[in-house]
Amino acid sequence: MSTTIDIARDALLLPANLQDHHLDQVMDQLLAARIDAADIYFQSSRLESWVLEDGIIKEGAYNIEQGVGVRAISGEKTGFAYTDEIELPSLLEAGKTARAIARSGGQGSIRVKSLPAGRQYYEPINPLETLTETGKVELLHRLDAEARRQDPRVIQVIASLVAAHDIVLVAGSDGNLSGDVRPLVRCNVHVIVEQEGRREQGSSGGGARQGFHFFLDQERALGYAREAVRQALVNLDAIAAPAGTMPVVLGPGWPGILLHEAIGHGLEGDFNRKGTSAFSGRIGERVATELCTVVDDGTLPGRRGSLSMDDEGTPGQNTVLIENGILKGYMHDRLNARLMGTESTGNGRRESYAHLPMPRMTNTYMLPGEDDPGEIIASVDKGLYAVNFGGGQVDITSGKFVFSASEAYLIENGRITSPVKGATLIGNGPDVLTRVSMVGNDLALDAGVGTCGKEGQSVPVGVGQPSLKVDELTVGGTN
Amino acid sequence: MNDLKDRQTQLQQMVADMLREAADRGASAAEAGVNFDVGLSVNVRLGEVETIEHTRDQGMGISVYFGHKKGSASTSDFKPDAIRDTVRAACNIAKFTTEDPYAGLADADRMVSEQVDLDLYHPWEIDVTEAIERGIECETAARDLDPRITNSEGATLNSHSGLQVYGNSHGFIGGYPSSNHSLSCSVIGQQGESMQRDYWYTSERNPEELESAQAVGRRAGERTLARLGARQIKTCEAPVIFQAEMAVGLLRSLTGAISGSALYRRSSFLLDHLNQPIFPEFVRIHENPLLPGGPASAPFDSEGVATAAKEFVRDGILQSYVLSSYSARKLNMESTGNAGGVRNLSIDSGELDLAGLLRQMGSGLLISELMGSGLNMVTGDYSRGAAGFWVENGEIQFPVEEITIAGNMKEMFAGLQAVATDVERRGSIRTGSWLLQPMMIAGS
Repeated sequence: MSTTIDIARDALLLPANLQDHHLDQVMDQLLAARIDAADIYFQSSRLESWVLEDGIIKEGAYNIEQGVGVRAISGEKTGFAYTDEIELPSLLEAGKTARAIARSGGQGSIRVKSLPAGRQYYEPINPLETLTETGKVELLHRLDAEARRQDPRVIQVIASLVAAHDIVLVAGSDGNLSGDVRPLVRCNVHVIVEQEGRREQGSSGGGARQGFHFFLDQERALGYAREAVRQALVNLDAIAAPAGTMPVVLGPGWPGILLHEAIGHGLEGDFNRKGTSAFSGRIGERVATELCTVVDDGTLPGRRGSLSMDDEGTPGQNTVLIENGILKGYMHDRLNARLMGTESTGNGRRESYAHLPMPRMTNTYMLPGEDDPGEIIASVDKGLYAVNFGGGQVDITSGKFVFSASEAYLIENGRITSPVKGATLIGNGPDVLTRVSMVGNDLALDAGVGTCGKEGQSVPVGVGQPSLKVDELTVGGTN
Repeated sequence: MNDLKDRQTQLQQMVADMLREAADRGASAAEAGVNFDVGLSVNVRLGEVETIEHTRDQGMGISVYFGHKKGSASTSDFKPDAIRDTVRAACNIAKFTTEDPYAGLADADRMVSEQVDLDLYHPWEIDVTEAIERGIECETAARDLDPRITNSEGATLNSHSGLQVYGNSHGFIGGYPSSNHSLSCSVIGQQGESMQRDYWYTSERNPEELESAQAVGRRAGERTLARLGARQIKTCEAPVIFQAEMAVGLLRSLTGAISGSALYRRSSFLLDHLNQPIFPEFVRIHENPLLPGGPASAPFDSEGVATAAKEFVRDGILQSYVLSSYSARKLNMESTGNAGGVRNLSIDSGELDLAGLLRQMGSGLLISELMGSGLNMVTGDYSRGAAGFWVENGEIQFPVEEITIAGNMKEMFAGLQAVATDVERRGSIRTGSWLLQPMMIAGS
């Protein structure tokens, strides 16, 4: 089997007849300016999606995207240009544009060399080819049937399958040439149920850096169909959510979006280098109860947020953000690490060759504690138990964050009672983990559906956490 | 400028080639679109340039129909081989999709026949040095406003020019160039331990119509300063005003709820409300896609259907859904020329300015920021994070943060009290501030 770097070279350099000495030429041209660092990022992506709706395969789409981005850095300044033509003249043109950020008079000469691959956290496969078209279509029909079989109140099922095959090659001004082949698959089921004129929705899904067999193993995808219907039916009976500040118990897994919004973004290196985050300058301080240890881990095998290497060629890492309540570190790309006098943590990510890298999360989760989840619920007199969420958002400067529950229940006298309608929860990032009084022994990671947006760039991420109790959080209901 | 005109001929030829390739492969119908955009983005921070990005984006997409079976594909690679591969991929996909009687092109007699010039293209010959100077002038105006402005995310100048071409196998092919230029600034204020950030921007088709760099900077600084000292309020029920920029989101939710795809899926809180009152009687909501120089103006929709001015709400009654040809067929109706969305939607303002609206409210919450995506489109249940100002006797008292507002959007629409004259004009939806009936506010 070919190594990752060979696959990447064959996909990106060979068709354009680009040799290593051509890369040297582009790099030398960049280094003719007084720059601190530069990189050339080649990318080829193939994306395929299929949608079932009204019981028929309604849409299928295939997307080809490829190009190369050239970046030159001088101090805090970045020059950037890109082209979708992977050819030497276009590369040289982009390089000339990018290096204009710095004064001329630099000197240096680089001979790029291929780096041996480091540890790989996923197979360098093309997921589009792991199932036939007929197989994909059949899987969607099975999801539709499974959802409708659950309950006659199901009136609409939308099921989708997406696979992406992303091949990248990064040449850095340190002379290293590294490559990565990133498979990604995702499946979603969305249902509408109707009962006596009242309608509700539910959705569920999952994904991984694997092939489509991920969804077939133990009929995993059929579970999404059942889960979507279960959620929708629960919501049919939901009563108004409470309004005000109260104890909130968050379920395991996807509710870890709390960590992503409340803590994660505020610990990204760019905001902290600039001093614009509510966490700026707080390394070594207590930002959580000692029950809380939070990591960002790009090394989990096959996970949606995992990276064998980031988009600057730095190997994926497991970075401790908070240890026993103490803030330990930020997440860095190379630019911000250099300006802050530290090393990249393998968090330099970009949406594509047409975007600049910046510090981004991979899989962010809290390590398990010792509490029994049942006892956590039993400890609450009157509060909210939230188990499923839609999206979230944070203002990293004020620290205020929100995340919106899509499945939640009242806790009354230590017991889970009525389901309540979706409600947004709001809190202050630097405070929220100081109010965590119980952490469950039931760590779970999400099913693999997260996408994070920052400054207009989307990247796949993961989250996770054990059940946990926040003593006070503001719940945005109507009652 | 000549460059883009030449390019238009070239892109139209590419669309024609793709359509022919699809026909050669046996497709009974096809539609294709190409876009091309070049731009400059310059960001300055703390008086120094931080990033200079030269952007150049292109893409083409095709949908093919074999009878009523559809397949789509797109590419950013414009080499002839890649284009052929793309058409082939679309045709291959159509082998596996299901016969869908509603799928197909929009009707031939709805194609725009004469394409008027909507004054959308004003290229800006700005060089990098001048862009940096403007950015610095903008950021400096914000930073010099007050010593409490302690940090900055910088100012960004963007200038883009592009082309869009669309064609289909009815023989329709059309395209037009357009431009967009903007200048934005975001600064941080500090009071005690707490920091606040806010921003302002100006965005125009014609660079001469941009607000001055100083005005943008000052406004960003003033907005940041106004937030300093924000605090939570107690959980309560109170009337609310959505400041114009936030009211845009309410109208966006309306267009989502009356869009054909939400309706045929029975996933809208405004299902079966055509010709029913959804707002009080004074409300009129309409779109003007042919507005010269408008931010969302277009001579035809994304299926080639001629666009035209129309009312969606008159006397508070829902007059029309937002339909593409596909959703129209599903609902047994006619396309409203809204494939790709609404264009220059606006709601008529009343007579009060924002100060007048505050007086009409008396005591309540003025909302200047919303967080999260807490709208359930199926039920209309609404719950979002918010920040803004507490108002008493029509006067702003103090800034507010870390609260949520909640209600049901159907009731929010029905309870609209007044729309102010402070119209937000920068995007595809135009509105003044909205005064609504009391909503539940969750705080401490």
